[in-house]
Formats: sequence, C-alpha cells, structure tokens
Amino acid sequence: MAKRTTKRRISKSTKPKKQAARKSKIQLNDDIGEKTRLRMWQLQLEIRHVEQRAHDLFFQNLIKGTSHLAIGQEAIASACAAVMRPDDYTFCTYRGHAHTLVRGASMEGVLGELMGRECGLLGGKGGSMHLTDVEKGAMGSYAIIGAHLPIAAGAAWKAQYLKTGQISFCFFGDGTTNIGAFHEALNFSVVWKLPVVFVCENNLYMEYTPISDVTAVEHPAADRAGAYGLESIIVDGNDADLVYRVARDAADKARAGDGPSLIEAKTYRHSGHSRADPATYRPEGELEKWLERDPLKIYRKRLIDFGVKESKVVAIEKAVLEAVDDATEFAKNSSTPSKDVLMTEVWADGGASWRN
Amino acid sequence: MAELTYREAVAEGIAQEMERDETVVFLGEDIAKAGGVFKATVGLYDKFGPDRVRDTPISEQAILGAAMGAAMTGLKPIAEIMFSDFLAVCWDIVANQIAKIRYMTNGQVSMPLVIRTANGGGARFGAQHSQSVENWSMMIPGLKVVAPSTPADVKGLLAAAIRDPDPVMFFEQKSLYSSKGDVPEGEHIEEIGVAKVVREGSDVTIIALAAMVPRALDAADRLYSEAGISAGVVDLRSLVPLDTKTIFEQVEKTSRLVTVEENPRLCGWGAEISSIVAEERFWDLDMPIIRITTPHIPLPSADELEDMALPSVERIFETVRQGVD
Repeated sequence: MAKRTTKRRISKSTKPKKQAARKSKIQLNDDIGEKTRLRMWQLQLEIRHVEQRAHDLFFQNLIKGTSHLAIGQEAIASACAAVMRPDDYTFCTYRGHAHTLVRGASMEGVLGELMGRECGLLGGKGGSMHLTDVEKGAMGSYAIIGAHLPIAAGAAWKAQYLKTGQISFCFFGDGTTNIGAFHEALNFSVVWKLPVVFVCENNLYMEYTPISDVTAVEHPAADRAGAYGLESIIVDGNDADLVYRVARDAADKARAGDGPSLIEAKTYRHSGHSRADPATYRPEGELEKWLERDPLKIYRKRLIDFGVKESKVVAIEKAVLEAVDDATEFAKNSSTPSKDVLMTEVWADGGASWRN
Repeated sequence: MAELTYREAVAEGIAQEMERDETVVFLGEDIAKAGGVFKATVGLYDKFGPDRVRDTPISEQAILGAAMGAAMTGLKPIAEIMFSDFLAVCWDIVANQIAKIRYMTNGQVSMPLVIRTANGGGARFGAQHSQSVENWSMMIPGLKVVAPSTPADVKGLLAAAIRDPDPVMFFEQKSLYSSKGDVPEGEHIEEIGVAKVVREGSDVTIIALAAMVPRALDAADRLYSEAGISAGVVDLRSLVPLDTKTIFEQVEKTSRLVTVEENPRLCGWGAEISSIVAEERFWDLDMPIIRITTPHIPLPSADELEDMALPSVERIFETVRQGVD
C-alpha cells in the first residue's frame, strides 16, 4: 500500500473585501452556493440552540445523567451533513446530539430522549450518549471511545459489497486518536478500500487534559494519516465553508471507490467536557480567544458579507428558536416511558427472554 | 448421512448458508486463502470468492466492529476470532456494542451476526490459547451462546446461528475439530435453545457442553457397567437461550443433577443451572447438586498438568459414583 503521503492545510478563510454587490453575489453562488450556505447556517443554529436548551434543562433538573455539548463545534457536523446523501451513514460519539440532529432527527426526539420521555428517539432507553435515528441515517452515538470507527467501516463495507454508492461519515474527538480501535479501523479501511470519511474534531482537550500533553505528535489525527498511506488533512473546523470543501472532496473520493480519508478539523468546545466539568483547567483567555472565532459568528458575517440580507439571516435564527421552544414544550409534556418497555427489544422477537 | 469431521462441518454449514443467501459474508484472520488455522474453512474462498470471504489484519476490534457495522446495515456477517481467548482484546465490541445496540436504540438496529471462535483446552497450548470462555458471553444480556458437540450440530446450529436475527456467539471446541460423526446431507438446520437428551438414564442426570459431552457419555457407560448406575446425559448445546424445560424434565425423572463444565470454577454456567434448579426444583432433588469443573486456575500446558485440570472421564465417573452412593 505504498502511497505518497501528502499534506493539505486549509485554514485561511475567504476574506471578502468591501466590494460591489455583484462580486458578493458571485461569491455567494460559488461552488458551495446560497442554498447550501443557508442550510449550513440553519443547521449550525439548530445545534447551538438545542445544545443551549439542553444545558438549561439540565439546570432545571429536567435532564439527568450526563450530557456532552458541542457548543462551539457546530460547523463540522453541519458542513458534513450538507455534503451527505440522505442515505449515507453517520456514526458519532457521546458528544453526538449535533451529528444526530443535522441528519434530520427531530428536536423533540432529541430533547425528549435527554429528558427520559416516551417521545425520545430511543423511548428513554438510550439517553444523551446513544442518540440514534436509523431512518435518517444517524446510525448511533457510541460512548466507548474508538468503538464506532470500525463499526462505521463495516457499514461502508456493506455499501461497497452491495454497490449502493453510500458512504459512512465517522466523527470522533482528538482523544480517540490514542486508542487502538482508531489505528485498527484506519489500517483496515485502507486495506479494504472502504468508502468511509473519518472526521477528527480536535477540540484540544481529551476530556480534562490537553491533547498535546498525552500525544506523541502535534496533530493527533493528521500526523498519523501518513502511517496508513492517507493524505494529512487539517482544516479550520470553525469555518463551515472550509469544512464543507474538504468533506466534499473526501466524500467524492469515497464514492468513487478510492477509499477512506482522515480529516482533522480544529475546533474548541465552549463548555467543559461534560455537565460535571466547569473546565477550570483551561488557561485564562483561551476561551475568550476562541469565542472570537465562534463558528456562528464567522458564518453570520460570511453570509452578510456575501450579500445575504440581514433580515433573512435573522429570520432563520428566529424560526430555529421557535422550533426549539416548541420541541421543548412537546418533550416536557410527553409521558415518561411506560413500564411495559423495560423488558422489550433485547432480541429481534421484541422480548427479553433467555430461557423457556 | 455423510461422515464428516467437526471441522469439515464448519465449512459445510457456512457454505450451505452462503449458497442460499447473498448477504452472508465471512471475515477473519487467515480464514480465506489459508482456509483457517484449524482448517475449518477450507474451500470457502475458492467457492465464494474474495468479496464474500475476506482475510483481515490481526485487528480483532476491526473484525468485530466491521461485522457489526455490516450487520446493522443489511448484511449477515460471520466473523471469526481465531482463539476465543482473543475475545478479550475486542470485548468492548462484543459486550458494549453488539450486545446492547438493539436495546439501547429501542429496536431501531438489528444485529444478525455470528462470531465463531475456537474455544477450550486439550491441545497443550497453555493459558492464553486454551480457555473455555462461553460463560463470559453468557453473562452479557443480548448475546445468544451456542457450543455444539457433534459435527451434525456444528452444521445445523451454525446454519441456525447465521439465520438468527440476533448476535450469536458460536463456540467451536478445538479438541473436537478432528472428531467424526454422521451429518445429514443436503440442507440441515437445528433449533437454537433446545438441549438434547443424548443418553437416557434413571438415577442421575449429567448436563454437559461441547467437549464435555463425549466425556460425560463415556463416564455414563462406565457408571452403568462398573457401578450399575443409570446416568442420563444432556447435551446443553446452547447456554442462551437456556432450555430449562429439558433440564427440569430430567431432574424430575432422576432426582440427581451433576454438571460438567470445562471452564474454571467461578461463575461457570453450571452455577447458573444449579441456582435455577435449586430455586425451582429443590423438592425434586434427592442429592445436593454437584458441579464438576476445571479448578479455578489458568490452564497449564504440560500434558499431565492439563489432563489433571480438565474434567476427565475418570473424574466424572468417580465424582458421580461417590455422589450417587
């Protein structure tokens, strides 16, 4: 499998100068286009406001257990979703509300699951860390680091074997690059030439510890790509347009039968690792610096610079907020799961019996 | 009927199902071109080609993860883990992922896959290539657990496992690979979850699994001829689902129960059966339940030591004879 290892660094934002409206229009309708951009704007807003709502509901004691928010990381999930075909597969982690939502899972299904309600995506059996909506291609959120990389490869194997043209997208954090399953899955996917796109969301921290303290290389995913004959790709994960372009290239490559890609998207989570983490380990000023590079802030400016009317930008946000409010009410009013479901769905016959 | 070895029956069972269902695929280390390190999959690669019978790197997490991803999206994979001891390096995929995903997703995901693995001792391989680990699987909700003792059951139960819509852990006892037996020709399928009374008896019931079944049968012969004890033998065949009905029928008939397990003592399947029988059929018993197991030690490799550790015909014979007296 001796392949030339190449490097790509995509981090410079398109910076439109003050220019004529005509130029803006050309930019808006470039290879990405207005329609896709507005969709990515909406998806980022949906993630932001659902996550914010999850945070609020937690402090109202309406959400129990734990939850891992993706506030600050919205651009990656949104841009990749915009690249996907409806029948493509998404595999994500316990920080997976975002990736599940952007495939079209309902907000009430997501919030209801977090709240342990009957209307939840999983009827209250999975919780925050296992959101899944198979009909939408959201094939699950996996809460053991690394496990879903080979699983995503397996779904890609099915697509390859049945020649369906589908691909798998697999999202994970920087911490995952230090577990064995990451390396097994990459080697396996390259050797079998599977149509899978691995996306490392490098938010600089593996749980509470800086990833640089525990990793042999500077770029935890990209610097390992060469070991598997893959191109080393780093992208600014807070710019949806830039993520969209690298994800589109990787998806095209996978669909063409040219095998997997590994993308490292640099980003930052605005909150701690989980609900229990106030993130006091972060150096002073780091969060503030990243808030300047908030993906929603960047994208809002992009749209307006490219000539989208502010009223349109605002209207999308307003509609998203209303949808989140409605979903919250719906979930709050949904019943708690009926006792009948406790002993169902262990087996394909619907039951849980292990003896006669 | 055709006489086949236990290992030949593995390839027969897989071939039978691959012929009837295009979505059955097979992956593992050395299983394709090499025909498997135990030669149990010889001929499948030539017959079904490289798209359906695929060699993998030594990456057990990738093997089972890929099988899981394929199963949840429409294929029926058979994954081989060369030695059951190696399940320890991919146990996350088995215990946390494959076993739980249907329940966690409230039935959104199906998991029609089979994990075949060479299990058990007797080959002088030492502690890391000889364990009987079917009880590891038995304690995880969401896994079916099958361990055949004859070539006919290998074919029939493997076929059933492949058709089963749930994940099946299929334990092939490596000391049985060269054993021979009659196997029905043409399509053959058995039902998972049904134990088989392989010898009728009236004084005591011996329940055994996989390699312990032929030993229990030999011991039962000796019990009859040398001590006049009529011992029935039940081949359990599957731990999950567990055929308690057949166990209860035999306990009611003989009032005495002995289990013979190849695994080390603690938390072996015999403990679960003892507990169930003690709870639900206590008043049928005329004798305390006896468990015969490997001692609670890692398996040694030298011939004499391994033979001492595993339940032998002699030990079964003596233990049952003393118990019934």
